[in-house]
Amino acid sequence: MAAVLEQFIEGLQQASTLDDVQASVFGLRELYDVEHVVYHSVNATGGQYAALTYSDAWVGRYVSEEYERIDPVVVGCYQRFHPVDWRRLDWSGKVSRDFMGEAQDAGVGNQGYTVPIRGPSGQFALFTVSHNATDAKWTRFTEAHTRDLILAAHYLNQKALEIENGDSAKSPTRALSPRERDALTLLALGYSRAQAAESLEISEHTLRVYIEGARYKLGAMNTTHAVALALAQGRLVF
Amino acid sequence: MLRYIYGEELFQYPKLRDTMFRDRARQFHERLGWDVTVDDRGEERDEYDAMNPLYVIWQRADGSHGGSMRFLPTTAPCMVNDHFTHLTDGVTISHPLIWECTRFCLAPEAEGRVAAGLMLGGAELGQGFHLSDAVGVFDARMVRIYGRLGWAPTVLGTSGTGRDAVSVGLWEMSERTRLAMARKAGLSPALSRHWFDRAFGRVSDVREAVSA
Repeated sequence: MAAVLEQFIEGLQQASTLDDVQASVFGLRELYDVEHVVYHSVNATGGQYAALTYSDAWVGRYVSEEYERIDPVVVGCYQRFHPVDWRRLDWSGKVSRDFMGEAQDAGVGNQGYTVPIRGPSGQFALFTVSHNATDAKWTRFTEAHTRDLILAAHYLNQKALEIENGDSAKSPTRALSPRERDALTLLALGYSRAQAAESLEISEHTLRVYIEGARYKLGAMNTTHAVALALAQGRLVF
Repeated sequence: MLRYIYGEELFQYPKLRDTMFRDRARQFHERLGWDVTVDDRGEERDEYDAMNPLYVIWQRADGSHGGSMRFLPTTAPCMVNDHFTHLTDGVTISHPLIWECTRFCLAPEAEGRVAAGLMLGGAELGQGFHLSDAVGVFDARMVRIYGRLGWAPTVLGTSGTGRDAVSVGLWEMSERTRLAMARKAGLSPALSRHWFDRAFGRVSDVREAVSA
């Protein structure tokens, strides 16, 4: 499971254009062996960006019919932040059922899982994985992969924003604090987590949160990678 | 009962909403004397209430507020990163699997189980949405209460003393904790899950019915 996410993040690391991001989205579809992966971002000024595997015909139809107004996924997720299994949405109305019928004909699949992302400065995005599967199979899939899908969604969003805004516009929340640098440095020196926590005089729980936070800020796939990235960026001091 | 309500939905529960913001004024302004803003209706609100947060609210039988807390994702602007990094060694806590929990509030004369019920609500969010942790800003004296309930936070830092003392801490999410909080609150985990499903939708097989 984690290997899939690491492979995705590794690919994403290399991405420097929005075309690369689009390729990563297709890659993720292969990695999870699902019908579709969709990422759609709207920034505070209404600017939009999408990277998705849907057919051009379905995207054209969706846009021209303004289906975002009736799509239960958009209606249920917009400006919220909890992830949603499509089975929890209300598909009972005729408009929703007709829409779903059309979506299934377009190959979207009968199941889906959507992660709403609230980013910095009023940016908002939806990340979706959709598939054809029985309820039992989909339950197994989401139980196994939900955490990784949430992480994949946010790493993707972070990369798309970085490309869109340029490196200079990196959010200040992504800068490592001295404390996070210290934690990474100790791990790079071969300290165990227990030893690192002890020498920083913090609990192992706190250390875990600092390290996971640093990994996310650096866009790193694991702790070793985070250490390497931080070293390369001159953020570690020995 | 526990309710999970986004800010944009609060208008559907006017009594619950008004009594919550009034109880917050009582707790944070009158009792704790924190530097918070209370309007002429006697209601306490801040800028984060305008960000469509997710409230976990204990609703009494008469529809009024028994206790509440407020969640926001840490990947977007939130209180702990905007105002409390001096208590976290300067670390901004921003992670997709960590949500911020603030304004933990109990109504005056709230029954004993309300605090545990709210903690259960937090644990329910953790399990339902696959969170690893919550990071909270809270009245430092609450640590004892959280500890008695059996889910003490890892305190990252505290500023001030006495009733002015404010702490930032981490709660680790787990199924074990969800079950423990249900026991403390005297609620069955199944009922708690039912309240969660009522708010966020039950997993149904409607999708296969659609294609049939």
